[in-house]
Amino acid sequence: MSRQPLHYIPTTGFRERSKAVVEDDFLQKSFRGAMDFLMAKRAAQFPDGNEFESLRRLGEQIRRNSLDKLPALLTQLEANLVRNGIQVHWAETPEEANRIILAICEKHGAKRMVKGKSMVSEEIEFNHAAEAAGVEAIETDMGEYILQLAGEKPSHIIMPAIHKTKAQIARLFEEKIPGVAYTEDVDALIQIGRRVLRQKFLEADIGLSGVNFAVAETGTLCLVENEGNGRLSTTVPKVHVAITGIEKVIEKLEHVPPLLSLLTRSATGQNITTYFNIISRPRQPGEKDGPEEVHLVLLDNGRTQPFADEELRQTLQCIRCGACMNHCPVYTHIGGHAYGTTYPGPIGEIISPHLLGLEATAALPSASSLCGACGDVCPVNIPIPDLLVRLRTEVYSEPCPDARLKGQGAGYSPWMTAIWRAWAAIYGHPALYRVYSWLASRLNWLTPARQAGWTSVRTPLTPAPRRLRDLLKEKR
Amino acid sequence: MSARDRILQRLTAVQAKEPSPAPEPEHWYASRARNESADGRARRFAAMMEGARAEVHRVDRHNWVEKLREILAAKSIGNLLIAPDTAHGSAARDGLANSGIACLAYDRPIEAWKPELFHHVQASLTAARSAIAETGTLVLWPDAHEPRLMSLVPPVHFVLVDAAHIHATFFDALRAENWAAGMPTNALLISSPSKTADIQQTLAYGAHGPKELVVLLLEDAP
Repeated sequence: MSRQPLHYIPTTGFRERSKAVVEDDFLQKSFRGAMDFLMAKRAAQFPDGNEFESLRRLGEQIRRNSLDKLPALLTQLEANLVRNGIQVHWAETPEEANRIILAICEKHGAKRMVKGKSMVSEEIEFNHAAEAAGVEAIETDMGEYILQLAGEKPSHIIMPAIHKTKAQIARLFEEKIPGVAYTEDVDALIQIGRRVLRQKFLEADIGLSGVNFAVAETGTLCLVENEGNGRLSTTVPKVHVAITGIEKVIEKLEHVPPLLSLLTRSATGQNITTYFNIISRPRQPGEKDGPEEVHLVLLDNGRTQPFADEELRQTLQCIRCGACMNHCPVYTHIGGHAYGTTYPGPIGEIISPHLLGLEATAALPSASSLCGACGDVCPVNIPIPDLLVRLRTEVYSEPCPDARLKGQGAGYSPWMTAIWRAWAAIYGHPALYRVYSWLASRLNWLTPARQAGWTSVRTPLTPAPRRLRDLLKEKR
Repeated sequence: MSARDRILQRLTAVQAKEPSPAPEPEHWYASRARNESADGRARRFAAMMEGARAEVHRVDRHNWVEKLREILAAKSIGNLLIAPDTAHGSAARDGLANSGIACLAYDRPIEAWKPELFHHVQASLTAARSAIAETGTLVLWPDAHEPRLMSLVPPVHFVLVDAAHIHATFFDALRAENWAAGMPTNALLISSPSKTADIQQTLAYGAHGPKELVVLLLEDAP
C-alpha cells in the first residue's frame, strides 16, 4: 500500500449532498416508505413473472426496432405531423429549444403559459428561460406546482414532490397562496390546488406538454396522466407546444398498447392511468375547442451520442417509468436531489453523461452497488448495470483523442491507473504475490491511517502481521 | 445547414446495422386472449371501473334517460351540459324537460363562453365510442358535436357506453376499429375520475378533471 494520497475526482458536490441526505433520519424514513409503497404497487401489477418477462421482451423489441430505424421514423413522423397540421421544430441544444418555444409565445403575444408535466422541459430549464423572457410559466401537475411554489426541482421523474410531507405542503400553501389556512387534509390541499390552477387554465394563452410516445405512422402524440392537467394544458389554450427527445418515436399505433401497459404498471402500479390523451391534429373547422396551433419540438441535447454506439443505444429505449429509481438502494438512501441532474437514479446515471458530458457526471456511474435491481425491473430490458460498468470504464480510462463520448477519461488518473496495473500484475502472479504479501505483513506498520475515500466512513485496512498461508503451514 | 439536417445527419452517419426483428404484438395478445362472452367482458369492464372509483349502472338501452334523471336528482345536480346535435344529447334534453334540471348546449366555440363552462356547468353527458374490459377504460373520440372539454371541465361526467362495444384489450380496440386508418383530432382513454397521489402518495380524487365519473352501460333488456 502506498503512502501517496490517492487521487479522487471532484464530484461537484455529489458526495456532500448524498451525505447530508443519508444523515437526515426523517428523509431516510420517508424515502424508504415511499419506495416500499411504489415497489409493492408495481409487484401487485405483475403477479405473473412469465407475463412480465414476455411483455417486456415485446416492449424491448418495439423500442429497439424503432431506434434501429430512428432517422427514417423521425422523418416519417415529421411528414405525418405536418400533413395533420402540426408544426415540427428541431433543436440540438436546450438553448435552441427554449428559443423556439419562446418565439412561438412571442408570435402569439402569449404571456401566460400552463405546463403539463414534462421532464424534457426540466432538462432544458425552460422555466428560467421563460421567466427571463417575461412569460409566466405555471406548472399544473400537483407535484410540480408544489415544487414551483417551493422553488425546488423534482426529486423523482414520476412523483416529483416525493420528498415533501403533507405538513410541509400545508405550510407552503398557507404561506404562498393568499387566503389559504393551514390544513394537512390531503383532499383539501388538492382542492386548493385545483381552484388556483383552474383560474390559470382559464386565463392561459399557451400550453406546454411533454410526449410519452410519438407515433410515426399516423403523426400522433400520446400523453399519459392521472390528473387532467395535461388534457387541460393541451386543450384549453389556443396554442399547444409539445416537447420531447428524439428517441420517443415509435413506428406503429399498435405498438402503443404494450408500451402503455408496461409504463403505467411499472411507474405507479396502475393497470392504466386515468387519462391517455392521443393528439393528432390542431382544432379543425367546425370543432369548438382544442388549440388552433399545435407544435412539436424535437430535442437532441446529446441523444445522438449514445445512438452511435450499439451498446449505449439501449439507453434510449427508456420509457421514463422510474421503476429503476424506486428499486435502487442508492436512490432510496440519497434521494433525487443529490444527483444534481434532471434525471436521477439509475436511468439518470446512464443518460446524464450523454446530456451533460462525463466531466460533469464522472461520479454518477459509480453511484451504484451494481446489485442489478434496476435491470431486473426495467420494462424495456435495458441492461442498466452493464451500461454503468461501460461508463465507469469510459470515465477512468486514459483519454484518447478520438473518443466517442464527451468527457471520456474525465476521471483518469495516471497514478491510480499505475497502482491498479501494479496490483493486477502482483495478484496475477503467485510468486510476486508471495513476495508482496510477505513484505506487506512485515511492513504493515507503514500503512497510512488515512486511506482516501475508504477511511472517511471505515477503519483503515491494515495487512495482518501473519499471512494466512503461514498460519496454515503451522497447522499442518 | 439546419438543426434538423445536422441531427438527421448524425443519426444517418451511424453505420446502419440490420434492424432488430420486427415486434409482433398481435402474437402476444393472441397468446393471452380469453375465451370470454360479451356479458363476461361487460362484467369485467364494470368491475374494473368500479375498482377505480367510477360509478357504473347497467341499464336498459331504451330507458337510460330515466336512470340519468334519477342520478342527477340524487346528486342534486342543477344543470347538465349536452351535445344537442347528437341523438343521445337530444334524448337527454327531451327526457329532462320539466325535471328542474337545465340542459346546457355546447353549441358555440369555447372562446365564447369559457368562464361559464369553468364556473357554472355542474355536469356533462357524452357518449363513449367503445370500452376496454382489461383496464376498465372508456374510449372517447370527441368531435365537432361533442367537444373535448365536455369530458374534462364539468365536475361530474356521465358517459353512455354500449355493452356491445366492449373490447377485451386496448390492442383489440384499435385493431378492430382500425384506428391507424384515420385518427381523429383527439382520442381519449378515460379510466377513472381525475386523481392524484402527488401529496405523500395519498390518493385524492378530483385533481383537475371530473371528481365523479358515472357510466351508464347500455344493454338489451333481458
